[in-house]
Amino acid sequence: MRLIYFAWVRERIGKPEEDVELPAGIETVADLLRWLKSRGEEYEHALQFPDVIRVAINQEHVGHREKIAGAREIALFPPMTGG
Amino acid sequence: MAGAVPGIRIQREDFDVAAEIAALTRDRADIGAVVTFSGLCRDEQGALSELELEHYPGMAEAEIGRIAAEATERWPLQGLTVIHRHGKIAPGENIVLVVAASAHRQAAFEAANFLMDYLKSRAPFWKKEHLTDGSHGGWVEAKEADDRAADRWKKSGG
Repeated sequence: MRLIYFAWVRERIGKPEEDVELPAGIETVADLLRWLKSRGEEYEHALQFPDVIRVAINQEHVGHREKIAGAREIALFPPMTGG
Repeated sequence: MAGAVPGIRIQREDFDVAAEIAALTRDRADIGAVVTFSGLCRDEQGALSELELEHYPGMAEAEIGRIAAEATERWPLQGLTVIHRHGKIAPGENIVLVVAASAHRQAAFEAANFLMDYLKSRAPFWKKEHLTDGSHGGWVEAKEADDRAADRWKKSGG
């Protein structure tokens, strides 16, 4: 599964994207954020306050309770500031 | 009524507001109202040297497409163009353009307003400030007021 990061999430994690193999038991977006946060201090720094992280699965906004089965691409980013 | 097919562009280059209006109204006589909104880069009292706009390629087009499609369902529009720039933008330059065309002004005003409120809180763009003193001003923080502005368009019960 491909993970993509934007803005300060990308800067804190230190890479724009990566492919990951998820361990068993990671079913929802919230599970994914919890697991990622445990992967090292750069992830801990980026995902310190998981509630503020916005998530898109296959380029569509989703909530943190969304199931991630079947996702090809999951993006994590801060609240948007376009317009 | 058949809705207009929105024209959506995510681009690095600047745009020409007059040319975009002309493109929507050319060769037709059924449009009675054109509302445009342009968003420009402020210099923040001289403190800002440029804005850097990061975006999510693919999703930016898709999400603005979804918002524009909702606008054409909610209001009787005869034309709709949305352009959002990315990359480095200097103070005084254009960032975003919405052009909404309709038979009557109310639909065009409301659709343009709706588009901008939703773009602010749902289109995957992020602004980073570069300051005139050479430092990074950091990432612009999202405003709660922008979320509230988008919320007011939610249909009751929705």
